[in-house]
Amino acid sequence: MSIFIQSLINGLNQGAIYALIALGYTMVYGILRMINFAHGDFIMVGAYTLFYTVPMMVNHGMPAWLAVFVAIVVCVIVGVLVERIAYKPVRNSGSISALITALAMSLFLENLAMVLFGGNPKTISKIFDLPMIELLGAKIQVKYLLTLGIGLVIMVALTLFVRMTKIGKAMRAVPQDREAATIVGINVDRIITVTFAIGSALAAVAALMYCSTYPRATTDMGTMMGIKAFIAAVLGGIGIIPGAMLGGILIGLIEIFVKVYLAPGWYEAITYAILIVVLLIKPSGILGKNVSEKV
Amino acid sequence: MPKKIKRNYLINLIGLILLFLVFYVVFESGIFGSRTNYFMGIATTACYTIIMVTSLNLLVGILGEFSLGHAGFMSVGAYASAILTNTLADSGMPRLLLFILALLIGGIAAAITGVLVGIPTLKLRGDYLAIVTVAFAEIIRVAFTNFEITGGGRTMSGITKLSNFYWVYWVMVVCVAFMYMFIRSRFGRTVKAIREDYIAAAASGVNVTFYKVLVFTISAFFAGVAGAVYAHYITAMIPTTFNFNYSAEFLTEVIIGGTGSMTGSVIGAAFLSILPEMMRSFATYRYLGYAVVLVLIMIFRPKGVFGGWEFSLTGIFENRKKGKAGKGDE
Repeated sequence: MSIFIQSLINGLNQGAIYALIALGYTMVYGILRMINFAHGDFIMVGAYTLFYTVPMMVNHGMPAWLAVFVAIVVCVIVGVLVERIAYKPVRNSGSISALITALAMSLFLENLAMVLFGGNPKTISKIFDLPMIELLGAKIQVKYLLTLGIGLVIMVALTLFVRMTKIGKAMRAVPQDREAATIVGINVDRIITVTFAIGSALAAVAALMYCSTYPRATTDMGTMMGIKAFIAAVLGGIGIIPGAMLGGILIGLIEIFVKVYLAPGWYEAITYAILIVVLLIKPSGILGKNVSEKV
Repeated sequence: MPKKIKRNYLINLIGLILLFLVFYVVFESGIFGSRTNYFMGIATTACYTIIMVTSLNLLVGILGEFSLGHAGFMSVGAYASAILTNTLADSGMPRLLLFILALLIGGIAAAITGVLVGIPTLKLRGDYLAIVTVAFAEIIRVAFTNFEITGGGRTMSGITKLSNFYWVYWVMVVCVAFMYMFIRSRFGRTVKAIREDYIAAAASGVNVTFYKVLVFTISAFFAGVAGAVYAHYITAMIPTTFNFNYSAEFLTEVIIGGTGSMTGSVIGAAFLSILPEMMRSFATYRYLGYAVVLVLIMIFRPKGVFGGWEFSLTGIFENRKKGKAGKGDE
């Protein structure tokens, strides 16, 4: 029983991290219909920023987690630059060009990090100093619960933002009909930039949560995490904010439970198998609506 | 016309033999001295990279679908063939026969996975399909990490060294020639029709499903052959080699060379496998350079360096003849 509860909490923690990343994917995919492969690498950017800023914060007597705000600024700058320099020029040349450009940007960020920081993993100093609590015999890290809480708060905030605010409305209007949106006075370029900025900021928060669980930064940490988070977004229904959260938490739970109870070596394969099955049965995801293709 | 086709085959064959002889003379003459083996190694690497990149171009350029998991097919070919040669190593079989058998088994094993991966293409296209190919390649990698027969996550070493440049050169020639002929055949034209507009192709009675799976299978087969060559060249391998970045590297080479251009793939793959060896200091910046070139190509020349252009040996002869005839008229 104690193992079960512990796995459940671990899974929720892992899932909340995936969910935060998946939110970034979902928002960009929702507005541009492109898989932003570089999104995983934004987390890497965030993690390296934390590596340098956390000790600075501690030295100045501030709580370590404040470093996340520096990471958010850095990630937003990187995200917006990537969008402006690389994605914008190919926006109208089809999904294949967009995919390759995204892949190229992912390659670029990873290898730039390799050149700047070297190939050795960097260990990030402790971010949260939170106790463990005991629940039904299981030892639970409070920071795991914190991750889950932050994930849920961000999801609710984001849903409200997209539903209630003017920018949020514009964000929903752009993918529906870009031309019509322009006609009613929406600055499409600006909306896309805002979307990327939000997505990148979420990646920075995800980096904080990830680094508090696994305190290591490597140049290639973003690739696989990014793909798994994308799987989470697809599983929940891409373009849907609660879907990303649901998908992320499901993937996190499945991974941890397979790791603990079924086959430790196979947990990654299970995640990918789920993706294939979901795409074959219901490509629009759990919360998605089926849309038939127009000729 | 058949006579002309026969003549064209002959011209191309002579050209390939001449190229082979050039390599042969260069390597055997010992110009490079003690570094001969090193250069032959690079040439072998270039050969299997060419097979990989052309087979991927079959998917990307001709079918217009993406595979971000081509290294997965390669690993299936590599491991299947390595297991075969490990079992048959002591049977006293002639080395050439064993090599050919290894290539075939590698290719067939990969082709079977190709069918499996091809099936989701019935429902998916574009970026979703690309993600599915990543998923398949990762599943394959995880499986090879777990199976005891493939080394159980450790390096699988002691594979017989069968790949030498002289054999691999001809393997490459046969593979590329077959793929080129496939593209120019009735089947190839049908596949191009699907690429241009699959709904229109289906409406004109093309069995879209069959052709898509067929191209995936052929592409996977040759990736498997390349994998078999790789395994018997490198002789020790680990599943993590065949990761997402390796697949992305092949895709990069296809795009830079030119989607749909076999010439682009061959020259691009050869050039990009030789370049980092020639400039060791450049190796750190290689992928950074790839990425920048890729973005620039996407913005300014989306069809790649060579676009859809194909090199033609017979074409050169014909142009010269035409040129001469033209001069005669003046």
